[in-house]
Amino acid sequence: MTLYEALRHFADSYGLAVIFALYLALCLWHFLPGRKAHVKAAKTSIFREDDND
Amino acid sequence: MESVVRRLGAWAIVLLLAIIAIALTPDSGFAIHMGIVGLAAVIVIIASMRSYDPLAKVQGIFKMPPGPSRYDYDVVRWGVIATMFWGLAGLLVGVVIAGQLAFPWLNLEPYFNFGRLRPLHTSAVIFAFGGNALIATSFYVVQRTCRTTLAFPQLARFVFWGYQLFIVLAATGYLLGITQSKEYAEPEWYVDLWLTVVWLAYLAVYVGTIVRRHEPHIYVANWFYLAFIVTIAMLHVVNNLAIPVSFLGSKSYSAFAGVQDALTQWWYGHNAVGFFLTAGFLAMMYYFVPKQAGRPVYSYRLSIIHFWSLIFLYIWAGPHHLHYTALPDWAQTLGMVFSVMLWMPSWGGMINGLMTLNGAWDKVRTDPIIRMMVLALAFYGMSTFEGPMLSIKAVNSLSHYTDWTIGHVHSGALGWNGMITFACVYYLVPRLWQKPRLYSLRMINWHFWLATLGIVFYASSMWVAGITQGLMWREYGSDGYLVNSFVDTVSALHPMYVLRMVGGLMYLSGAIIMAYNIWMTIAGYQRAEAPMGDTAHDEAADRPILPEPQAQPAE
Repeated sequence: MTLYEALRHFADSYGLAVIFALYLALCLWHFLPGRKAHVKAAKTSIFREDDND
Repeated sequence: MESVVRRLGAWAIVLLLAIIAIALTPDSGFAIHMGIVGLAAVIVIIASMRSYDPLAKVQGIFKMPPGPSRYDYDVVRWGVIATMFWGLAGLLVGVVIAGQLAFPWLNLEPYFNFGRLRPLHTSAVIFAFGGNALIATSFYVVQRTCRTTLAFPQLARFVFWGYQLFIVLAATGYLLGITQSKEYAEPEWYVDLWLTVVWLAYLAVYVGTIVRRHEPHIYVANWFYLAFIVTIAMLHVVNNLAIPVSFLGSKSYSAFAGVQDALTQWWYGHNAVGFFLTAGFLAMMYYFVPKQAGRPVYSYRLSIIHFWSLIFLYIWAGPHHLHYTALPDWAQTLGMVFSVMLWMPSWGGMINGLMTLNGAWDKVRTDPIIRMMVLALAFYGMSTFEGPMLSIKAVNSLSHYTDWTIGHVHSGALGWNGMITFACVYYLVPRLWQKPRLYSLRMINWHFWLATLGIVFYASSMWVAGITQGLMWREYGSDGYLVNSFVDTVSALHPMYVLRMVGGLMYLSGAIIMAYNIWMTIAGYQRAEAPMGDTAHDEAADRPILPEPQAQPAE
């Protein structure tokens, strides 16, 4: 098996699975029950600054 | 003192090398470029030797507030002025080349023909106008959301001025015929190397500022800015891998050949759209739309999903630029599928931006800046629908190589990038120059309508032109031969090209009104004008219609 073939078989098996899992994890981690307060704080954080400076 | 001497020494060496290069090179374009580099070194040397600060004098001309403020806005103010200047230049060149396509005698050989002015237009609007807007707003947003000043203030100034040198070298190079013929990556190897240095400095300033933040969370706008900076660094380096013919000449050859070169180019080209013109400008959207509307973003969680979906999907969409070419069929299909998938996160982002106005929709009537932002988001939505549609192979067989593509690019660039940038500049100028308000809100209204109508003229004429072209190219007669020659399509498109030029002129006039408005705001004037969104009010008529008590008939 050439290097190219080895890489492409890795890419459409384990590589694909890892990237897909990573994507789902990154998209969903902030839906964990404990994250609600953090998300809310982050959402309004740009309004806590002082507009005078 | 010692550091000043060391700096002077470094710049003297740059000057010396530039002079040596001018003396030794047989390439006149390269000699002119080295002359520009030498001139830049001389300017820096004079600026650091003289006891007075020439930059402070120029800052006086632009009436920049002196002295330290809580945040480091100096480089942001320069970025705003550069955005305005390059925006006007880029739009003007755009109108000129639109005229050249309609009236070929406008091609002035050799320096001002279409082939040389066209990359000047694209680079001026994308990299000079858009790039300066991104640098300025990113330095503004990162300081305010992290509640800290820029990490390396001197390096930040180097980023700004170094980027301007890159723009000047690129722009003059196109007119002189120096190009590596890669779309949106035309500058030659030494200009690419310089941009790499500037860009890594930009990354250092940005990441350094985030590291020293006084805020636990990194606001989502910074994620988009960071994705933009990191990805552009990667794309730029890989796509511009090339071997110069000589270190004393401008010509180089790409490290890749054939279809690999084409795929690398469009992996770069499409992600320049994805990460320069989308991720970077979405960062502006996620900060400035909530700030101007005075309410937080509709859904912070949706913005995170929007972010990761763009990151994971965009990078695969490039092959749709190479449909029906020598690129393997599976790669074309991959590009098409990922482009279609991109539609959903893009619309998620658009909905997130628009719904931020939930409960404040009246501002669309009273606040022309909000109106510009809404239009920008609407065009973001339209062009992120049109893009996936054009990437479908069956549609692409009609649209590819036609003016439909040009119309699509401009609905995105003029509608989304242009309008959101204008809105951000209008937002920033009174705050950066410490003015109570802009010179005129009604002029923003004029700008808004001129720009909007200009885009409508541009996009609709290009749709008609593109579909006409596509249908004429593929038309077969009963004898089995093509019906139209290429020049038939050219003459059929002439009225559309004139209409496109009209649209471009309207968009440019809107930008000229903006430049005047910004200039007068900076100069400290405020136009006496009726406020926007006043509704006529008749006190006498403003009472409920009550049923009149019926006269009771006497018993």
